[in-house]
Amino acid sequence: MMINGVQIDDTFAEAFNMRGTRLIITAQNHKWAYNGANAMTGFATSVIGCGVEAGIERELSPQETPDGRPGVAVLMFAMGSAVLMKQLENRMGQTILTCPTAAAFSGIEGNDRINLGKNLRFFGDGFQISKQFGGKRYWRVPVMDGEFITEETTGMVRAVGGGNFLVLATSQPQALDACEAAIEAMTKIPNVIMPFPGGVVRSGSKVGSKYKTMFASTNDAFCPTLKGVTDTQLSEDIESVMEIVIDGLTEADIRKATYVGIKAACKLGAENGIKRISAGNYGGKLGQFQFHLRDIMNDKTLNGEMA
Amino acid sequence: MSALTFTLKKDLAQKLDVSPLTPDLLAGKSLAEISATLLWYGKKQIRVDEAFEITGKDTNEIVFDQSTSKIDYIGSGLKTGRITVNGDAGAFLAFQMQQGIITVHGNVNDFAATEMAGGLLLINHNVGDYLGGALVGNKKGMKGGTIIVKGNAGERTGDQMRRGIILIEGNVGNYCASRMLAGTIGVLGNVGEYVGYGMRRGTILLTQTPKLHATIQDCGIHTMPFLSLMFKSFSDFPSKFAHNNQNRVHRFAGDIGNDGKGEILVLK
Repeated sequence: MMINGVQIDDTFAEAFNMRGTRLIITAQNHKWAYNGANAMTGFATSVIGCGVEAGIERELSPQETPDGRPGVAVLMFAMGSAVLMKQLENRMGQTILTCPTAAAFSGIEGNDRINLGKNLRFFGDGFQISKQFGGKRYWRVPVMDGEFITEETTGMVRAVGGGNFLVLATSQPQALDACEAAIEAMTKIPNVIMPFPGGVVRSGSKVGSKYKTMFASTNDAFCPTLKGVTDTQLSEDIESVMEIVIDGLTEADIRKATYVGIKAACKLGAENGIKRISAGNYGGKLGQFQFHLRDIMNDKTLNGEMA
Repeated sequence: MSALTFTLKKDLAQKLDVSPLTPDLLAGKSLAEISATLLWYGKKQIRVDEAFEITGKDTNEIVFDQSTSKIDYIGSGLKTGRITVNGDAGAFLAFQMQQGIITVHGNVNDFAATEMAGGLLLINHNVGDYLGGALVGNKKGMKGGTIIVKGNAGERTGDQMRRGIILIEGNVGNYCASRMLAGTIGVLGNVGEYVGYGMRRGTILLTQTPKLHATIQDCGIHTMPFLSLMFKSFSDFPSKFAHNNQNRVHRFAGDIGNDGKGEILVLK
């Protein structure tokens, strides 16, 4: 399968069941909402080392937020509910409670509720005030800039993490250009985040290592400088490979984001050095979900909804 | 189906307790059964059809026509449905109400919404003392739901209130929010003396600074973002409060004679 001279590999991305939540961070203006949300979603690229994968889903206008202030929506994913709750509470306490003018609200319904400000309220040392409006409980915690407002809980849902695709190009700048184009298109898709720096990861990994202490190591089959010494997956003209990882609330959201991202990357085409699109998997044995690239790119229903 | 309507035909000399006349208690009953229901009238019991003319069938929608202040316990323990009162209502309106809607197009006596737990009570005229309070001897008053009063409210409004919202567009008498435990009371008009007397927690929202007693303390003027959240939640209410979106207030805390975690917020 070729799109604009770019080969789409007959392979699939392998993804996993995760637990996810959405919260809404508001502040006096978007600048401070982003300051809070960026801090909260910082160091949240991979569950392996960060506990959660998190990112900013989109910007919210004052009309879209519970308190009528500018805000951003944050998505956060983890492998289990306990770690998600722990990470959320830690990050709330260190980044939103501390961020001037910031407030936090639930951004998703769901029968499973996890703590947002439920324990954070004790920072108020007895001066905290509970208020219930419209069936929801909020906490007001007196802080030095005024009052910190937070909803008591947020919803937790079953989600999907680890959707991905690889961009193979004839140079490093060209691979990055294609990934930037893909990310720009994908950030318009709701319900997904691309948790790595700028949405792109350059250190794709394989399972296992020659070192006993490591359970994952560099994906040498896709490392361009090792072409001659490993069982390489790269042809002679490929000089750089980058990956985009996608976490989403549902399988359909990831399919849509994958479609839009690959489409945008392929738009640059072979003449801009974009040669191949591939995907990372573990042979289909580990993940509950498989995203077959050719199947997605042939899906006409995704085309109509492209942003 | 038209609303089940009880039109008062008896000239009441005594108080009449209509607590059996709620949607959940009348559901599925025939006209004969409803007519034969016994109501306490002073110290004796009378049949419903002795006091009221009964028309309509929909037990989920009950109307009291020609109602007077002698009719007590309208909507007692209401769990579902809607009750409309055309005329005045007596004492203990919406007693321990749990859900549903009660609308009164007249004045209401004392002890309205005693120990109310949920739902919406809309009073289009004035209401007496102890709105949203507790039964004598009990320690917690209203614990949920919303009360909207278009007119004035009497003394001890929200006495020992535990949770919920009381919004009064007119004036309130003395000891408003006395011994309040939590919840929110808003007053657009004046309040009498000793507002928040003995309040432990909770919020009283006013439009003008009242005369405050010594154990209510000035905390200064502030912009409080939670008010935007609160007014937004009021936006669907059939009340003047729905159109407010101020969040700059003068904050007073108290009653420091009783823990002092309550607040009186005066809109600026």
